[in-house]
Amino acid sequence: MKTCLIVDDSKVIRKVARHILETLDFTVAEAADGREALEQCRLSTPDVVLLDWNMPVMSGMEFLRALGTETLSHRPKVVFCTTENGMAHIRAAIEAGADEYVMKPFDRETLHSKLQIVGVA
Amino acid sequence: MNMAVPAADPGCARLLAGLLEQRTGQRIAPNRSWRLDTALKPLLAGLSIDDVAELARRLRAGRDEALADKVVDLLLNQETSFFRDAGVIESAVQAVAEPLAAGMPVHIWCAACATGQEALSLAMLFAERKAAENWPRMPEIVATDVSGAAIARARQGAYSQFEIQRGLPVRRMMQWFSPNADGLWAASRPLLNAVTYRRHNLVAEPPPAGRFDLILCRNVLFYLVPRLRGQVLERLAGALKPGGLLLLGAGETVIGLSDELRPSRRARGFYEASGHAPSAPGGAAEVASGAQSS
Ligand SMILES: C[S@@+](CC[C@H](N)C(=O)[O-])C[C@H]1O[C@@H](n2cnc3c(N)ncnc32)[C@H](O)[C@@H]1O
Ligand SMILES: [Mg+2]
Repeated sequence: MKTCLIVDDSKVIRKVARHILETLDFTVAEAADGREALEQCRLSTPDVVLLDWNMPVMSGMEFLRALGTETLSHRPKVVFCTTENGMAHIRAAIEAGADEYVMKPFDRETLHSKLQIVGVA
Repeated sequence: MNMAVPAADPGCARLLAGLLEQRTGQRIAPNRSWRLDTALKPLLAGLSIDDVAELARRLRAGRDEALADKVVDLLLNQETSFFRDAGVIESAVQAVAEPLAAGMPVHIWCAACATGQEALSLAMLFAERKAAENWPRMPEIVATDVSGAAIARARQGAYSQFEIQRGLPVRRMMQWFSPNADGLWAASRPLLNAVTYRRHNLVAEPPPAGRFDLILCRNVLFYLVPRLRGQVLERLAGALKPGGLLLLGAGETVIGLSDELRPSRRARGFYEASGHAPSAPGGAAEVASGAQSS
């Protein structure tokens, strides 16, 4: 089974995403900000990180940059999942190394499709 | 507003199903028949028609072509996505790569293209390979659908956030689409110009003019009344150039429907004309298919 770490400061979003991911046969972990996510990645690196942009403590972009400096067992795929739906944000995320981008609101089909594109579903 | 729409009585349901079948050869999928009211609700509300019975009365009067068109559009399954069965789209491009690289003209017909995602997926891949491998030219892509509404949308090439995220990798979205004033993602001019859209009914009209190197006809045969499937396949066979290839949807086959097509020997997953196809375009005589063994 593939593993996904959901990183979002909204409990509701984490719950919705978890539900969808579990129906897609993922084992799911959660983090409420970038710092927590980084700690979890050190302990156990997931196959894919579903990453919010705006979060307290450490934002999605800060997490993505920090992830690049970590020595992990493997580099997880990173899929941004955010309400920042403008081209400038999307471009910045991809240039910073994100693999895919989900614009909120999302549904099961969108998530499934993007996870297939990065090769984890 | 919570406007309850009374359920269609069997007579109305039969009328609507009959209209759809007569216009398109499609049967209302069994899992949709009980949703007739839901499917038609927006139309009824928009036209201030009280219920399906009133709609049926207007359709029976038979003077309102535009209304009949709208009803048929709503009853058609137009589900599609970018890069649906991505590997298959790649192999379709690969199947005609050689002549394109050599600068030969290539004609492609994307039949039952719905709102255009399939044709644009092909166009993106062709444009990318043309740039990367210095191909002298793009193929000509004609994309058709029976639904005027679908073709109108395809011509606009603007997709909702939901549609644009289905199947389309974000890098391609960034390269080929940009947000427009309506909050939709609009295909760039060069991409749109790579496809010519036309309204066309597979069961009632001869194929578009010309012969094709590649025909895609995916996820439409399945919904056709069985007796029409063989006829449509024979027309498609007749529209192929010698050596041309036909691609059907995943799980769709010619086996037992037409002996004018057979699995291609050179391209896996494609079909080619077996050589008995009638040469007059549109001369789709119904041929009883012989018993097939494999
Ligand atoms: C499920 S969609 C498939 C779209 C696309 N080929 C794909 O595979 O994603 C089926 C399409 O077939 C069209 N269609 C149905 N009957 C047709 C007919 N008789 N002639 C042409 N198109 C038809 C519908 O309008 C709809 O857009
Ligand atoms: Mg947030």
